[in-house]
Amino acid sequence: MRYGETGYNLEIDLATGNIERVETDPKMTELHLGGLGTNAKILWDRVPPETDPFSPDNILMFSTGLLCSTPAPGANRTIVTTYSPQTLFMGYSMMGGVFAPELKFAGYDKLIFRNKSPNLVYIWIHNDKVEIRDATHLKGKGAVETQELVRKEVGDPDAQVAAIGLAGENRVYMASIEQGRSSASRLGVGAVMGDKGIKAIAVRGTKDINVARPEEFYQLCNEVLQYIKFREERPIPNVMTILQGLGSPQEMKHTDEKWHTENFMWGNARTRRKDFWNDEIEKRWKDVQLSARKRLISCYNCPMKCGAILSLPGMSTYMMKCFSKLTYTMAAYVDDLDFAFRIAQRATEYGVDGFSTPQVMAFAFELKDAGILTDKDFAGTSAYEACPSDNMGRFYWILDRIARREGIGDILANGTYWAAKEIGNGAEEYAHNNIKKHEQLPLKLGMLNPVYFLMYATGEKANITQIEGQFPQAPFMTMEEREEFIKDWIQVPDEKFKQYVLDWEPRGERSNPYYPTPEIATDIVDWQEMMHFIDDALGVCAGLSSFPLKPPYHIHNYPKFISAATGMDIDEEGLKEIYRRNRNLVRAINVRRGLTRADEKPPQDHWKKRFPELEEKLLDTYYEFKGWSNNGIPRKETLDKLGLEYVSEDLTKRGILTDDEETPAKEASAQK
Amino acid sequence: MGEKIKKKVKTIKIDLEKCNGCRACEVICSAFHASPKYSSNNPARSRVRMIRDPIKDIYVPVYAGEYAPAECMGRDVYVIDGKEYGECDFCRAVCPSRDRFKEPDSGLPLKCDMCEGEEEPLCVKWCITDALTCEEREEEVEEEEKPADMDIALESLVEKHGLEKIADAVARMSKKG
Repeated sequence: MRYGETGYNLEIDLATGNIERVETDPKMTELHLGGLGTNAKILWDRVPPETDPFSPDNILMFSTGLLCSTPAPGANRTIVTTYSPQTLFMGYSMMGGVFAPELKFAGYDKLIFRNKSPNLVYIWIHNDKVEIRDATHLKGKGAVETQELVRKEVGDPDAQVAAIGLAGENRVYMASIEQGRSSASRLGVGAVMGDKGIKAIAVRGTKDINVARPEEFYQLCNEVLQYIKFREERPIPNVMTILQGLGSPQEMKHTDEKWHTENFMWGNARTRRKDFWNDEIEKRWKDVQLSARKRLISCYNCPMKCGAILSLPGMSTYMMKCFSKLTYTMAAYVDDLDFAFRIAQRATEYGVDGFSTPQVMAFAFELKDAGILTDKDFAGTSAYEACPSDNMGRFYWILDRIARREGIGDILANGTYWAAKEIGNGAEEYAHNNIKKHEQLPLKLGMLNPVYFLMYATGEKANITQIEGQFPQAPFMTMEEREEFIKDWIQVPDEKFKQYVLDWEPRGERSNPYYPTPEIATDIVDWQEMMHFIDDALGVCAGLSSFPLKPPYHIHNYPKFISAATGMDIDEEGLKEIYRRNRNLVRAINVRRGLTRADEKPPQDHWKKRFPELEEKLLDTYYEFKGWSNNGIPRKETLDKLGLEYVSEDLTKRGILTDDEETPAKEASAQK
Repeated sequence: MGEKIKKKVKTIKIDLEKCNGCRACEVICSAFHASPKYSSNNPARSRVRMIRDPIKDIYVPVYAGEYAPAECMGRDVYVIDGKEYGECDFCRAVCPSRDRFKEPDSGLPLKCDMCEGEEEPLCVKWCITDALTCEEREEEVEEEEKPADMDIALESLVEKHGLEKIADAVARMSKKG
């Protein structure tokens, strides 16, 4: 019997309709745990680096994590992995909800799709019975609407459905996969799902998931629940409200948006409006939010309430979490939360990423103002009206064009990087907020923060909220505050992190950008990455682990969870080694697709004050710590020590790993 | 007839407004009733199930009650605060009209036992959003002998197939060893 996992993957060839239930090798669990780790292994093994994301040879994986469907609170994440059409690197986007637990109860750790279906289909998985069903009648349907229709069609109210909207069908690079209150929206995974011809996946499972040491596992879960209660009663003092508690930022709960609206940028990540928030707006926005919000909701087996059901008069109900609440309205320069919720509803039905899409839309109007795009690009046709001139109207208009790939929308649908390239004429300058061709949060700050510099530059997920966490974002003002903070900080992997907090000053010698020093910054980033990598392999939500300050899961209790669930005896050192193995494998996949040091650049305007020499030193120190060359490529001995000899052999054969580190790595063919 | 005695009765108070739909109640219920305890997890075996329709904002934890051999006539609709609920959404019965509260492999009925032996039902303990809370009240009840799990299971089979068939089947199975 397998513990923690089911021991089976479901492999579907969309071209032939062949469906296989394939037993997995338990050795892979020992080496990579599951989720992101085993996804990376499969992607490395099966998909050659030359593969175009829209080639039939690209695979699309929906993976559960190792702890999903056990009673471990918050273990509900689905890790979607493929090659990203936007970055061309490994795209791994994740979602909460109920999909992964249901898939595991149906008897599968992963769903692996290869090739393409000639017609639009949906997949219906009911335990051992798996069907590929025609979905032509669902063509063009909204992502939320489709979930409801498919649930009805399969006739099981407990079926969980993940679906794409029109944007995914049209291979819009920002297309998301929507499921309940969650979505896998970054890096274009919805576009690959659409390219493969999958409109939706419905799953229902009624099988057992076993744990190896039941009593011990149950006690660990109780401790986590107790700690969540403890933390809910004790918000962390001296940090801003949204960082005080657990979960993802509680955007659906809080109505006070002074911090976001005045510190994040409006438009195409351009304008800071320092005096935006006032009593009148506060009152109006609060009314809108409370009347639209029907209930605060959670994902599977998690006591947090990060999402909400939103229902506005005259439109169908949808669910939301986190920052999509503000991204559209701020990008559009519209001071109205009602508009924010309404346009987000349309965007959710189209199935697009709430971070990238609003920026692409604002970018289009900047190009128009700059004369790079002209009235001709915003004209009407027999199929649709010309672009309205008001801020609200034109944003709905451009969203429609992008999702439908009509007119200028067809170019914009590839994101700011690719669109700027195609438009030319100086448009590149306006695609100013990208890392690795991927739009980032609209944040523009003053002084360079060395820890954030490293996370932005080197994070493979290219999304800061899935890289940061654990360590305070800014120094505490006084020594008393610092001492107070470190007092019950049980999560640190090493006592030295407490000293870093004590030493970090808001001003003077031991302040940004020179403190944390490159060595210390690297230490901190490594810890943050480690926790995210472990979460993504276990399927535990970052909101209870790697993202917030003082979370219930940490490096000291995770080995116990894994051991009790699976029966493998893993200690902290063993877990850290798996993290390093997975981290290096993900890096190697991207290096094989052409990633180099030149790609590891935060947007030039992210901080006003930049320090080129220090930034190079930071990257050097980080790479050295990781055992990578100064070009960001894992060295042979680093890989071999982790049992990744097959990786170092392959990289050597391709001329990417050379004895002489000064030789620039060979350009990989996937780089356009 | 048994004697009348005073007995403390545990009841669960369900506050639908507080429910965030996480299904932790189902999780821990199925784990607690696994054999050995906590060794497996499967909401389909849980004796509390979430009737859950997020788009309609319907969230109702329902507990498994008595086995019912036949469907009832209940097809009525309740409208509460503008939301439509089916009559079944509140019903505890294990009945032929639905899959709820039946062991997924054997189809045998399940019944909430309030996690006998525990300080409080574990669904309550694990519901830290307090949608489920436990209340104790004193009731005068007639003492009765409690049927064992096996008796309950067999009784339901007898209701369905008749005593003779069941007896035959048991005899056959004993012969096979």
